[in-house]
Amino acid sequence: MIHGLHSYAMNKPARGSLLGIEHLEDKEILGLLKLARRMNPLKVRPLLRNKRIVLLFYEASTRTRSSFEIAAKSLGAITTLVQSSGSSIEKGESLLDTGYTLRAVGADAIVIRHPAAGAPHLMAKHLDIPVINAGDGMHEHPSQALLDAFTILKHKKSFKGLQVAIIGDIFHSRVTRSNCHLLARFGAKITLCGPPEFVPEVSSTLVPGLRVTRHIEDALRGADVIMLLRLQKERLAGQKISQQDYIARYQMTAARLKLARRDAIVMHPGPIIRGLELTAEVADGPQSVIVDEVRNGVPVRMAILARALGKAK
Amino acid sequence: MSAKNQKRETASLLIKGGHVIDPAEKINALMDILLRDGRVAEIALPKKVRGGADETFDARGLIVAPGFIDLHVHLREPGQGYKETIASGTAAAAAGGFTSVCTMPNTAPVVDTDEWVRWLRDPERGAVVNVFPIAAATRNSRGATLTDFAALQRAGAVAVTDDGKPILDDDIMRAALRLGAELNLPVVQHAEDTRLTESCSMNEGPTSFRLGLRGMSAAAEANVVDRDVTLAQQIRESRLHVAHLSTSDALKAVRRGKRAKARVTCEVTPHHFTLLDENVGEYDTCYKMNPPLRSASDREAILVALADGTVDAIATDHAPHATHEKQVEFERAAFGITGLETAVALAITSLHRDHKVPLTRIVELFTAGPARVFDLRGRGSLARGSFADVTIFDPKKRWTFDAAKSQSLSHNTPFDGRQFVGKVMATIVGGKVVYRGD
Repeated sequence: MIHGLHSYAMNKPARGSLLGIEHLEDKEILGLLKLARRMNPLKVRPLLRNKRIVLLFYEASTRTRSSFEIAAKSLGAITTLVQSSGSSIEKGESLLDTGYTLRAVGADAIVIRHPAAGAPHLMAKHLDIPVINAGDGMHEHPSQALLDAFTILKHKKSFKGLQVAIIGDIFHSRVTRSNCHLLARFGAKITLCGPPEFVPEVSSTLVPGLRVTRHIEDALRGADVIMLLRLQKERLAGQKISQQDYIARYQMTAARLKLARRDAIVMHPGPIIRGLELTAEVADGPQSVIVDEVRNGVPVRMAILARALGKAK
Repeated sequence: MSAKNQKRETASLLIKGGHVIDPAEKINALMDILLRDGRVAEIALPKKVRGGADETFDARGLIVAPGFIDLHVHLREPGQGYKETIASGTAAAAAGGFTSVCTMPNTAPVVDTDEWVRWLRDPERGAVVNVFPIAAATRNSRGATLTDFAALQRAGAVAVTDDGKPILDDDIMRAALRLGAELNLPVVQHAEDTRLTESCSMNEGPTSFRLGLRGMSAAAEANVVDRDVTLAQQIRESRLHVAHLSTSDALKAVRRGKRAKARVTCEVTPHHFTLLDENVGEYDTCYKMNPPLRSASDREAILVALADGTVDAIATDHAPHATHEKQVEFERAAFGITGLETAVALAITSLHRDHKVPLTRIVELFTAGPARVFDLRGRGSLARGSFADVTIFDPKKRWTFDAAKSQSLSHNTPFDGRQFVGKVMATIVGGKVVYRGD
């Protein structure tokens, strides 16, 4: 049942919802990765024929939005994009009212990106259709973590014992939170690296066994997987560290990459800023799998949508 | 007015057979109490009361205490009657065992004139318990120009504050404490350095990090308390009251002030002595308030301070909000929860049963303690001649709180469905029974 606006009573999220990695069971994660391997974006399978999927985007997005849309269409679903500008959201419609409206026009699932942490959870607690989190504030970005896991497994046998270095603005990163929940669960050893402004001490409490270092050399030595994060210039404003300092201490360069294992892969959820968190040489180098990540987003999101709508066969 | 007639109807009431706890009078014994004409006429050993009574209240097996006082409530009038009214809020107070509430001035408009103070106290508002307004310390609570403390006090304000908009400017705070000192008027501070808490929605710690929410540091509270205590020590006779204290470091500053014999007092809320930041769960906005729920070590420090006398009063910070202000994204949700109807039960369940705080101390935190903080003469005690405000409760009765049956217009509480030990059985204001529990 849908609870009205005047009750604080809440539902469990509908089956198939994907709100975050943290509360997903191991077997669900493995199931999604397995299913993604069987998804082929080049061969349309009408698994979700006549299903209506709303892409509700309160924030800008290139990769996530287009790959969810292509994933949905590759499965034969109908998609509608609703963005905050040009919709009633601009007129002040609340998140829940927007959800009820989309449900009423016949949405079978909602994929939501929102600048506020927990926005998909609020929607899922009040709607009876699956809600898929496409990034909520600084909280989680579960489909990115799944596609990263998918990409890693294309290059590495398993997560167990894998040395993962995540470098950059951890504090603001929903990708990092989701990745930590996923990779630590399956035995990866994760090191977070950056200045205290971006990697506060509390970061190490996210999952058991997380390590924090201020030195990129320390993070890179012996790493199998290097994950870089975009540095938003505006976030450097008012911080102790200048852009020059940041580049000098934390930019991923070809020379620094040599500290990692020779078969280490370099990942980045995008968008990348060449010359800031990494050099063009690294971005385009042989160890970079940045473009693969984007490509893998499609089958992984096909799997997420197929599971959401109960067609995960 | 019918109020006068009603008063006559119960001109005298004998409370018989109850166990009286009155910390102000150091009474902790079976006593009978006769209330007459709005005052305590007699208090004596069982069956020793000499005067006759029109009515009798059988209090056998119950605790009889001075009327409970809440130093910190938001009754939302003027201007926000959709959240709460003085009538509904005081009905909730009565149901929660409170005979007196002190209302915060952050309404629309702000209570910053003597006219508004009088308006709040007007019988037309329909209050069923005593309402003591706290007026704004600065005009429109903008923190720039002090209000007319003397006029506000004459109109009935018991203290001044810019609650919710802390006074950060040293000079203004100093001026407020100085003027307060001249008039013997407490200055109440919501201690939060808002320069450090912009866009924060909960306590800073592992939970805020995990949820991706910006966190308020303990320092944002403690720094302000520390500064205020220092000012209170410097300004002779000034009175500082720290509202809803929530951190261990802020307690240290209060202890420092008290040791130095500064007139510094503080209150804590039931939610801060029962809940932790991690209880926010998956963005449950019924756990969002300001100050936020804190860490286990802060809560531990508060429990110690409640027991050892550092804390002067338990206050609810009753903050009703409509569902449309709470059922939104966590970061956008209004701060605050209702608290009037659960405070006594939380104190008995959490402080007495779980942490062995004696009932006498709990009663003190609801009576003599708060009465002293704002100099509420004739309140907080059952001494002969006091106002006939009495709270009667059963410290062993089990019950379940149902928010839907609350007297408040709002239901934003984290305690819906919670099982409690300890229930208010009667609330008596001016000799008149305004609430009876079942």
